[in-house]
Amino acid sequence: MALNDYNDLNEIQLDVLREMGNIGTGNAAMALAEMLATPIDISVPTVKILDYETAMEAMGGPENMIVGLLLSFDGDINGMIMFLLEKDFAHMMINTLMGEDTETFDPEDPVSNSALTEVGNIMAASYVNAIASMTEMRINLSVPSMSIDMLGAILSVPAIHYANISDKIIMIQNELQGNNTSASNHILMLPDVESLQKIMTALGIEDL
Amino acid sequence: MSNTIRVGISDQKVAHAPDILVTFALGSCVGICLYDPHAKLGGLSHILLPDSTGQKPLTTPFRFADSAIPLLLRKMEAMGANRRFIKAKIAGGAQMFAAVGKPALSDVGQRNVLAARQALAKLSIPIIADDTGKNFGRTLYFHVEDGTMRIQSASKGEWKL
Repeated sequence: MALNDYNDLNEIQLDVLREMGNIGTGNAAMALAEMLATPIDISVPTVKILDYETAMEAMGGPENMIVGLLLSFDGDINGMIMFLLEKDFAHMMINTLMGEDTETFDPEDPVSNSALTEVGNIMAASYVNAIASMTEMRINLSVPSMSIDMLGAILSVPAIHYANISDKIIMIQNELQGNNTSASNHILMLPDVESLQKIMTALGIEDL
Repeated sequence: MSNTIRVGISDQKVAHAPDILVTFALGSCVGICLYDPHAKLGGLSHILLPDSTGQKPLTTPFRFADSAIPLLLRKMEAMGANRRFIKAKIAGGAQMFAAVGKPALSDVGQRNVLAARQALAKLSIPIIADDTGKNFGRTLYFHVEDGTMRIQSASKGEWKL
């Protein structure tokens, strides 16, 4: 059966995505640990295919303040990748990176913003590189764009872009822990559906 | 007793005074409030995309500005509203992220706003308040008691229109 919708993914294909999420997140966490010069522990990620309303509730509701980093990729596969970081975790990252101990996280501060964008850039690159080498594909990544706002508003961007393909998203959730701050972070993988098919084929997963 | 009624993504609801209609965290989506002050009837539509052209069959008419707005008006008229008195307030249509290599991504907010304005113009409904564009999310509360549209943002506070 051809993949037409994220909903069409079967258990084996979901396992593949889970494993990709696992390796990608591992790589991204390693890059993060190096940048922050502090150990980062990660949990085994969970991969879920959810509709937007359910995904939003799972991430603390539509008005939950969150740091969103959006990148697009093209090459052998096309799509978007979005990192959603909890504000506290972003705050810890900035403090560690800048060697500061600010009490509050100021979303308007340009220095913190460019630091976060850079962290996002490196995490996304390590994530995508892991997938590229697994699948032996060429993937070009755009520079990230950041938004600190309500979750619902941030998720409207992929919701709109993929509305005519699927009303579901592939959500990879993992627990990151570093410097006594633990946070649940989310990665939304949004490959176009034909790209998803290509990934499966490249990994030797035949249609079942 | 006033109830607060939640309107989800690609959904619409109609309510009587003194109820409050709310839609959370509009990003590039647009919220369209229609109000008849005489019937004390209000409707709120949360649209995701501008244009339903090419959607056959149209299974999700509330998703698109051009198909959702006429349906909201019809629903209100069926409940006793009079088109001559109806006025509109709109909010949302932000650009949440700077361009990331896909131009269609960055201007969809603007296209949603434009499509909402066009759909309202086609129905001869005047827009009396407009809080659209820019780069931040908005939660929209529509008070059917007096037609006030209250906007809450994450970092820029709250205001009424």
